[in-house]
Amino acid sequence: MSAPLDLPKWADTILVPAISVVAAFLVAGLVVLAIGENPLTATRWLLLGSLGTGEGLGFTLFYMTDFIFVGLAVAVAYHAGLFNIGGEGQATLAGLGIALVLNNLTFLPGFLLIPLGILGAAAFGALWAAIPGYLQAKRGSHIVITTIMFNWLASVLIVYLLVNVLREPQSMNPETRAFPEQAQIPFMHDVFAAIGIEIPHSQLNLTLVLALAAAYCVWLLIYRSRLGYAIRVVGSNPSAAIYAGISPARIIIIAMVLSGALAGGLAVNELMGYQHRLLLEFTSGYGFVGIAVALMGRAHPVGIILASLLFGILYQGGAELAFEQPAITRDMVVVIGGIIILFAGALDGLFRRLVAHLFARQKLARA
Amino acid sequence: MSPAIELIAINKSFGAVHANKDVNLSVERGTIHGVVGENGAGKSTLMSILYGFYEADSGEVRVNGKPIAIRSPIDAICAGIGMVHQHFMLVEPLSVVENVMLGAEGGAMLRVGEATVRAELARLAKDYGLEIDVDATVGDLSVGLQQRVEILKALYRGADILILDEPTAVLTPAEADALFDLLRSLKEQGKTVILITHKLREIMAITDRVSVMRRGEMVATVETANTSPPELAELMVGRRVLLRVEKAENTPGAPLLEVENLSVVDSRGVLRVANASFTVRAGEIVGIAGVAGNGQSELLEAIAGMRQPVLGLLRLDGRDIAWSEHNPHRMRQFGLLHVPEDRLRTGLVPAFPAFESAILGFSDEPHLGRGPILDHDRLIADLAKKMEQYDVRPPAPRLKSSKFSGGNQQKIVLAREIERNPKVLLVGQPTRGVDIGAIEFIHRRLIALRDAGVAILLVSVELDEIMNLSDRILTMCGGKITGERKASQTNEQELGLLMAGIVDEAA
Repeated sequence: MSAPLDLPKWADTILVPAISVVAAFLVAGLVVLAIGENPLTATRWLLLGSLGTGEGLGFTLFYMTDFIFVGLAVAVAYHAGLFNIGGEGQATLAGLGIALVLNNLTFLPGFLLIPLGILGAAAFGALWAAIPGYLQAKRGSHIVITTIMFNWLASVLIVYLLVNVLREPQSMNPETRAFPEQAQIPFMHDVFAAIGIEIPHSQLNLTLVLALAAAYCVWLLIYRSRLGYAIRVVGSNPSAAIYAGISPARIIIIAMVLSGALAGGLAVNELMGYQHRLLLEFTSGYGFVGIAVALMGRAHPVGIILASLLFGILYQGGAELAFEQPAITRDMVVVIGGIIILFAGALDGLFRRLVAHLFARQKLARA
Repeated sequence: MSPAIELIAINKSFGAVHANKDVNLSVERGTIHGVVGENGAGKSTLMSILYGFYEADSGEVRVNGKPIAIRSPIDAICAGIGMVHQHFMLVEPLSVVENVMLGAEGGAMLRVGEATVRAELARLAKDYGLEIDVDATVGDLSVGLQQRVEILKALYRGADILILDEPTAVLTPAEADALFDLLRSLKEQGKTVILITHKLREIMAITDRVSVMRRGEMVATVETANTSPPELAELMVGRRVLLRVEKAENTPGAPLLEVENLSVVDSRGVLRVANASFTVRAGEIVGIAGVAGNGQSELLEAIAGMRQPVLGLLRLDGRDIAWSEHNPHRMRQFGLLHVPEDRLRTGLVPAFPAFESAILGFSDEPHLGRGPILDHDRLIADLAKKMEQYDVRPPAPRLKSSKFSGGNQQKIVLAREIERNPKVLLVGQPTRGVDIGAIEFIHRRLIALRDAGVAILLVSVELDEIMNLSDRILTMCGGKITGERKASQTNEQELGLLMAGIVDEAA
């Protein structure tokens, strides 16, 4: 029998993840030491690059927007007991949806294009997740396997389409033509400029607001709605779901559809908010970061926002660090990210048990 | 002569839970010693310490007067202690000989060891009357014989002291009698037996002395001859309890649940219920008696709509239920509610706060929220009220469902179903893992419900419970209904025969 893991909520949601992060940074510091660099200077560059300047902060929040969407996507599926590894593929297809909508419906008035583009992203992402969802629900094909395979399918499909179908005839680049200007989500610096406030330029755009709204909606869905209730019943106790008259198959498909739609947010931020065209590999592996974000955020929207911020700092600060200290390459930054994932995800139980043990002891001492 | 086992001032905590507090236990050699207590009283923890699964935080274990340290089951076996677990630790595809050999193979090649085992098994069979086909595959043996293999395993390893944890939970009354005969003959040969159980009848029938545990403490050890079931129950609970609930003669009304020729096949294609037909009327409790695993669970689930019957007809309050509407959701709408057998796997969601478990199956009811959003304040207030009515402790609707004791979880489930005014109530194992105090409460509720005109179908593996509550009793064996008796006109022996499928002698 393991010791009962009873933790106060704040310890469960804040303290344990914080310990994980600190431990991860300590280990990462050792790695930096091992290649002969000073971990303290490295940390300074990391923080300075991500939070120290207005521009850096903008980039950090831009990455954070990506991570919130994919983190939420993983979390919704997770609540239904599903491990959706397919964020990459779903976001890729969402990008296709955006390009098809925006470049084909140019005759529509501008104020309709942005919502339609977002819907296109959600719909294509949802569809790409719905197929593995259906296969899991009706055929028992394991969702982890199918979503991984669908990542590959998506990546091959998008290469084919961009090279052979969607590429502009006169262009050598495998990318679509630029989206119409009225379909581009405004940059944050332009928005602020419009109301007379000058902020540094960065990729950060209004999609951040959409991401935060999505986080609130996911919270409402999962923890307050009847559907979210059913999703959680299926995820934590399938036989109770059958007893309750909730169809696990139906819920699995619904949860995957929602998950895929949320993953589409990554494409909205990257393509409608920044690149303004569909191009290859715009997902940059962020779909996988979503898994770490959701794990670290304990599949709760607030946790996911915080974890996304952390990973945003890591990505932006890491880029600056690699620039300032050439000995620490971008790959090193990936290593540090990996260590955090290891500690926050895989070793989470270790610290949780430790903290629970300390709490139990303290309780006994008081009793 | 020093006692076979002495436990002195044993303490054991799990986190904040003090499972054993200064427990003392002394078991004389050559006796059968009962240990009783409610669930969570610390019996299993104590025995796990004795068998080396856990180490005590403090205290001393003495075997035959010598203090020893038991750090693992191997230490326990070396000290001559054997244990028969409630859930057997057998490898079903292997033969009896191979199972007994397991962990004592005696070398890289099996041939030599096997000869020793065969010789030893033959001797044990002769000495104790433990007859068994040593080449039979364990998975093919009946539950009673599998238990015998467990006992043989312990004896083969040289056990002088045998611990049995709830050994009769899975046995028919006849098999239980055979087990008791065996235990008596072990005792005559000088073996010591520790019997953990919550069935007071068994304690009275077979033990020499009995120790009672309550909330982690050893509250009494008495000579069985000088005590009585009511006294033991009082010691276990700490207050007087009624072991039998009072009930008036019932006057059954219209048939509310009619089952005709129902057959059910499980996911592996095995026929679990064969041609079951019966009726439950308004204002009566029909009990289904049977040894666990004889189709009662599948029957309940099929009626509730959790699994589709392959054949048969179901009529609710005179209305034929079509196949297309035979699902849990529709059945609830028709007034057929269900207290499932397995609280933790089915009846509630352990990870949810209690107020969310308290709407399981009803989360679509319009009045529980506005549109798609559930009104948590309302759910919490609703449950708080029910918790007061049903005396759920602690009365904390936000507490995780898994944090409540078995009895309180069951009250939450019962409250959920009963408060929705069922016409027909299916009840599976209403008091499994529930403490005696709560059993009394639950039984009274069910009787009150019957008196209010609800048709109740009760499934339980506790024959006492079936006999106590039911107006009519059906027996099931191998998926078939083997008999029907009025509760007032039958007895345990007759039901035992019917449960074993021996219909002629019972008739």
